[in-house]
Amino acid sequence: MELTSGLTRRQVLGIIGKTAGVAAMYQAMTALGYAGESTEAATRFALHGAPKDTSILILGAGIAGMTAAYELKKAGYSVKILEYREKAGGRCWTLRGGDTFTELGGATQKCEFDPGLYFNPGPWRLPYNHYGILHYAKTFGVALEPFIQVNYNAYVHSNKAFGGKPVRYREVQADYQGYMAELLAKSINQGALDQEMTLQEREMVIASLKSWGALDDNYHYGKTISAAWRRGFEVNAGGGLMPPEAASQPLARRELIESAFWKRIITGQLVEFQSSIFQPVGGMDMIAQAFARQLPGTIRYNAKVTNIHQDERGVSVQYTDTVNGQALTEQADYLVCTIPASILAQIPMNVGAPMQAAIHSLPYGASSKVGLQFKRRFWEQDDFIYGGISYTDLPIRSISYPSTDYGHPGKGVLLGGYTWEGPNSYEFTAMTPAQRVQKAVEYGAQIHPQYKTEFDNGVAVGWHRVPWTQGCYGQWGDDEHLREQHYKNLCDIDGRIVLAGEHCSHIPAWQEGAVLSAQDAISRLHAKIVAQQ
Amino acid sequence: MNPLFTYAKRATTATLLAGGLLTAAAQAADEPPMTLSGSKIAAQSGATIYQSICQACHQADAQGAQGAGFYPALAGNMKLAAADFPVYVVLNGQNGMPPLRGLLDDAQIAEVVNYVRSHFGNHYQDQVTAEQVAAKR
Repeated sequence: MELTSGLTRRQVLGIIGKTAGVAAMYQAMTALGYAGESTEAATRFALHGAPKDTSILILGAGIAGMTAAYELKKAGYSVKILEYREKAGGRCWTLRGGDTFTELGGATQKCEFDPGLYFNPGPWRLPYNHYGILHYAKTFGVALEPFIQVNYNAYVHSNKAFGGKPVRYREVQADYQGYMAELLAKSINQGALDQEMTLQEREMVIASLKSWGALDDNYHYGKTISAAWRRGFEVNAGGGLMPPEAASQPLARRELIESAFWKRIITGQLVEFQSSIFQPVGGMDMIAQAFARQLPGTIRYNAKVTNIHQDERGVSVQYTDTVNGQALTEQADYLVCTIPASILAQIPMNVGAPMQAAIHSLPYGASSKVGLQFKRRFWEQDDFIYGGISYTDLPIRSISYPSTDYGHPGKGVLLGGYTWEGPNSYEFTAMTPAQRVQKAVEYGAQIHPQYKTEFDNGVAVGWHRVPWTQGCYGQWGDDEHLREQHYKNLCDIDGRIVLAGEHCSHIPAWQEGAVLSAQDAISRLHAKIVAQQ
Repeated sequence: MNPLFTYAKRATTATLLAGGLLTAAAQAADEPPMTLSGSKIAAQSGATIYQSICQACHQADAQGAQGAGFYPALAGNMKLAAADFPVYVVLNGQNGMPPLRGLLDDAQIAEVVNYVRSHFGNHYQDQVTAEQVAAKR
């Protein structure tokens, strides 16, 4: 695109974004060769010029529904939300001492954490590049703090490697990098890559490998001080007459490779987990609460939607007040529906066959989380682990230490298990809450023996037992065919109805997906409404 | 009833024996085994597979559950009359229910379908075999 006026690309995009919305802006950005930062536009999102007396009903007061409500209200629409739960947030949810949670099947847990301690059963991280959700958190004054994703002093564990003894993350990181550098240097020095690189290039690579892998002058990775600067010392440098520092023995190469522990050092390198990454101070639902404060009198709680109908005059939604059983109806000109497809598939709604097929074709993924309170923060006091994640191949998969309140002398809550897909997610969900907690303690004790004496109490959530979602997230999965066949039909406006939520995004299970989906859906709906005036 | 399914009479002696041993082991532990490696559920018997996966939603008594939506009861469910329907649903999922073809092998699917169709007030006599499940993949 040739820009002939004096406008910068950013100004042009701003104009397009304001007049036509984010979807149009994204297309313009692509045309301007600017798509690399496309989702950054979420921070400048705004709609303008709602036609007078136009009402939009929103189903669901989760992140998608509240994003839609907040922005549509600002644009001048008359907005109301119907929410199944007794409070706002949906999957943006935190459990604290005194909270109760009744899951499908009827089991009720009462959280017995100490004051100030909490557990996020759903989303718990805010990557720096999730511009949309961070934008609202900042706009609403939600306090953020760093979430420790990578902790070099946390553990990597398997009962099938190193005698079942947990290994420090820094040892895995340094040793794997060191050995790979050594092997590559060796193959270059043996002439294996002579065809691949010029002499000059080979010399540069050899030099870089020595530095990158902490190799010695013979291009060997081993028990050296330079390696110890990466993996940790056998004896730390001290003061006065304390013994001098001493190098440590790297893990055996073959065992390290066979352990597959190297898989664990990749996670933190993914863009979704790279520093900086944040969490709201006090629990993820601080974001939900902040959104809800922006929407006074807008949200009707305890509303179970039973029927959705549209015709040429508007939309009509029947719902039941779950407290008194009363059957009620809400009417509006248009509808933004953020009810998860897992639930929506069971609610009669007169939309066309393509959207209906899409709603009925999306499976919901399995996941479980266990929050455990301990009598003291032994991971800090005994193991010197401050925040971050230990990885294991046991069914709990990982243990995540609180990224807050370091050094606090009282009790502490950690994430004692987090399963994502796979057999263990189903198995944990299929257990009673007490069994989930018991199993998490049993397995965690293999990494931290302190569990046996320090465990206090716990809560556990299996997402298929959560009454307002029946599953964790829209599982488009690796089956590109599923998305190809149904995704557009799920997102397209059908008459007066548009769907939104993480399931209508390319970022499933993340709150950012909910925000971007909502912004995109209401942009298109707004454009349609304005065009019909 | 679907003619594609030939109804094997009760399991052979060999599978009965193996099933019996597994059931005894599971009962001794009083809970289904937990999967410690691989992508397939460790449980092998119909009862323990049900307890490892199905009861997460359909519940221990197979009565289903009610929230914003619902999970259908499998107890006394007429849709189980033709065995190929539950086989299809377990393999491919339905609505929000995820496909379980990756979590269970053919024999496990046959086991759990046979279990559900002969428990919780369901009294279907015919059995599905692993070969019949394989043909539906």
